[in-house]
Amino acid sequence: MGTIFFLILFPLVVAFVLLVVKADAARGVIVKLAALVIAAASIYLAVQYFQGGDRYFDFSNENVNYVLMVIEVCLAVYIVITGIKHKKYLASVFAIIQTPVMVWFELTEGHHIEVAHNLYYDRLSVIMVLIIGIIGSLITVYALGYMKDFQHHHAGEKDRRPWFFFVMFLFLGAMFGLVMSNNLTWVYFFWEITSLCSFFLIGYTKTGEATNNAFRALIMNLLGGMGFATAILILGFVYQTLELSTMITYGMMYSGIMAIPAAFLAFAGITKAAQMPFNSWLLGAMVAPTPTSALLHSSTMVKAGVFLIIKLAPCLGMGNFAGLMTMTVGGVTFLMASFAAISQSNAKKVLAYSTIANLGLIVTCGGIGTAGAVWAGIMLIIFHAITKSLLFLCVGTAEHNIGSRNIEDMDGLFGRMPRLAAFMMIGIAGMFLAPFGMLISKWASMTAFVDSGNLILVGIICFGSAATAFYWTKWLGKLSAIVAGTENIQQNVHKEEWFVHATLVVLTIVACLAFPLISSTTLVPYLEGVFGGLSSMALSADNMIIMVVMVAVVLLLVAFFFGKTKKKIVPIYMSGVNEGDNLQFHGSMDKPVSASLRNWHMEKYFGEIKMNVIGCVITSAVIIIGLGLMIGSLVAIMTGGAA
Amino acid sequence: MIKIIIFVVAYLVLAPLVGGFLAGIDRIISARMQGRVGPPVLQPFYDVFKLREKEAITVNKVQDFYVTCFFIFVLVTGCFFFAGGDLLLVIFTLTLASVFLIVAAFSSNSPYSQVGAERELLQMLAYEPMVLLTAIGFYIYTGSFEVRQILSGDAMAFLPLIGVFFGFIFILTIKFRKSPFDLSMSHHAHQELVKGLVTEFSGKTMALIEVAHWYENIFLLGFVFLFFANGTIWGTVIGVVVCLAAYFLEVLIDNCFARMKWQVALNSAWIVALVLGMINLFIVYLV
Repeated sequence: MGTIFFLILFPLVVAFVLLVVKADAARGVIVKLAALVIAAASIYLAVQYFQGGDRYFDFSNENVNYVLMVIEVCLAVYIVITGIKHKKYLASVFAIIQTPVMVWFELTEGHHIEVAHNLYYDRLSVIMVLIIGIIGSLITVYALGYMKDFQHHHAGEKDRRPWFFFVMFLFLGAMFGLVMSNNLTWVYFFWEITSLCSFFLIGYTKTGEATNNAFRALIMNLLGGMGFATAILILGFVYQTLELSTMITYGMMYSGIMAIPAAFLAFAGITKAAQMPFNSWLLGAMVAPTPTSALLHSSTMVKAGVFLIIKLAPCLGMGNFAGLMTMTVGGVTFLMASFAAISQSNAKKVLAYSTIANLGLIVTCGGIGTAGAVWAGIMLIIFHAITKSLLFLCVGTAEHNIGSRNIEDMDGLFGRMPRLAAFMMIGIAGMFLAPFGMLISKWASMTAFVDSGNLILVGIICFGSAATAFYWTKWLGKLSAIVAGTENIQQNVHKEEWFVHATLVVLTIVACLAFPLISSTTLVPYLEGVFGGLSSMALSADNMIIMVVMVAVVLLLVAFFFGKTKKKIVPIYMSGVNEGDNLQFHGSMDKPVSASLRNWHMEKYFGEIKMNVIGCVITSAVIIIGLGLMIGSLVAIMTGGAA
Repeated sequence: MIKIIIFVVAYLVLAPLVGGFLAGIDRIISARMQGRVGPPVLQPFYDVFKLREKEAITVNKVQDFYVTCFFIFVLVTGCFFFAGGDLLLVIFTLTLASVFLIVAAFSSNSPYSQVGAERELLQMLAYEPMVLLTAIGFYIYTGSFEVRQILSGDAMAFLPLIGVFFGFIFILTIKFRKSPFDLSMSHHAHQELVKGLVTEFSGKTMALIEVAHWYENIFLLGFVFLFFANGTIWGTVIGVVVCLAAYFLEVLIDNCFARMKWQVALNSAWIVALVLGMINLFIVYLV
């Protein structure tokens, strides 16, 4: 239990220290040390876990609940005031509704419900802790160099970096709390803290756009928070429990009964995981400095949303409306976001849509709620966290060095920043290509979808995968193009940034090679524990071994044969006579004409607005119907019970 | 185990011979359809040998690597298939191979080959859903993605999966690089002045792409065969006959159409996948 406390409180202490430390050098040392300690503590927790197994801790202390409540009220007051100040009244309204209700509930009804275990860890939380502890801390280290450049680019403005690092570490602490709390009011507390942290991070630059987008994120997540609060109220009043574990045990036995609170929790998860119709907050988060995006997309925030849904999977499934709602929202989001990514040329936007799409797939897996689907969902969480942080950080570095985050400007990055381009290519390959990470989970989810009998989802994943391959490959092609006359400019990149990139590349490759091991030691026992009996793995052992061997073969091919040719190099064909530099040809007006190449975006087919409108209309309808049905059946139970 | 090794070795040795031979027949039939005599049936092999004699040149240091990887993974795809492996694994490996080819074309940064690469990508976008639905159709009907399990079933999958079958035949036109969907590169001189995707490949590299194409064709015909295999001699005979008929049909289509716009390729392939593929899956699932 000590390690849990340490993981929650240590980042908090570091955060406060960073708030007062103003000097660059001191901050550098503190962040690096803290990152190391957090990563080490997460690994230590994992080791401790594998010696002891699943553990629940009662740790009941009334004072803690009161302290949390006081903090909650203070934050609510803060939200109400800032909401009014910026004329974002919706945020204030949401805060005014949910906090007093929660406080009233905790002081009256909640007070009498005995919570046997407030904290716990199982294999799923250990996976999450490792993701947060390792990838999250790596991102804070990367932020050191990046924010130095950022400050340099925005020279006239006030240096708010102490605040930035404060929020980042606070975020990590809250995430640790979120994945290891069993008491739902505690989960709710950490849930709201992460919403607020992302609000601060997105609004960091204080420009009009940033403030607007920050409020959009806050409002949407507060709406999700209302869903969460509703679920707690229902659980408390109707089922007399506040424990996640109890809820899941009941849900396992009678999934119909637990469907009502599960639907509201899933709704909260859907908002946090930026599923349609709430995807716009994650897209808006792009305005923030890149480390923020990396943090939100890979190890925190959206992963809290999918974590909750995966955790709830036993209460969902094809058999109840909560499950059907969740899987439909996830599936539609996956398809529409994958299509929308095709039409984008802004690298960060492509990454954002790909995140939304992948989260959609995870949400769908959780909604289906079979052992195979959950296996695929957890694998997606792991691979996505590593690969997406790598890609975001690479794009951030590219942006600072080539002055653009447009994919069209990454022409010939292979010549200008060879190492960075190689890292990015590894990241992209990891996102969609066999035999690397994400594809393994996509394969597993495809099998799980077919087995669930939901053929519409099967169609969705077939078309969505084709779109995914399309937009990643065209980016890959842009990166790989060898453009003549480019100069190597990668010596300007900070050492910290290289270190983080390289570590993430190593992690990507290790995860691809070790995933059968991760599966057999962690996922399978977890699934057996939750779903009971022998869980069927989505992929056979043979196929997993084949994938690993293929990864090894690809790596060896690259290591031994890449770029080794003894052939004579000749100029390319350019229709007109090549001027000799591979960049210009001799045009019909007897003058050199330079050739430039652009990607396809197929705006007419996959235009962003069109995809968003279609996706949001369908998902809104599904959510309204789903939650409406739940409220209806709740009323039926209550009145039936009274009569 | 020994059986698997025999099949894999047979594929590796025989596929290029049969594939090249079929390509030769294709050229003769096409010539006759156009009122010409046509080359000898072994012409494709002569072409490949001639390509191997050419001067070794390239436009950059990495292109040959990508093409070699393409070749290797096309072979690996076929090996997985003829070893009786998982259909999804086969499809994903084929995608990997295609991506290597596309990246090879991109890496040259040459206008024509990049346009070809983008078009090849578009073709992938067009055919991929139908190919995946085909595999899933087999899974729903036979209960397994494994080729060896599908082969050992005693019922022919053709009739229950008839929609999927015709959907697959439709996208075969794209995969065989036949007109009207030979968008990224064509074997016909009248279709384009510059050879699209393969503009910057020459000599041995080009020969490798030709041979890979033969391997790929045979493996795709293997997919067609799968619809008829039911473990009996008759199933095998029907399967082989239908494969040849499908090949002839593609040659016929090739000679009857001029190249169409990419929009037609994408629209039609997706509509076919939705209508023939999806509806068929629903019916098989419900029955």
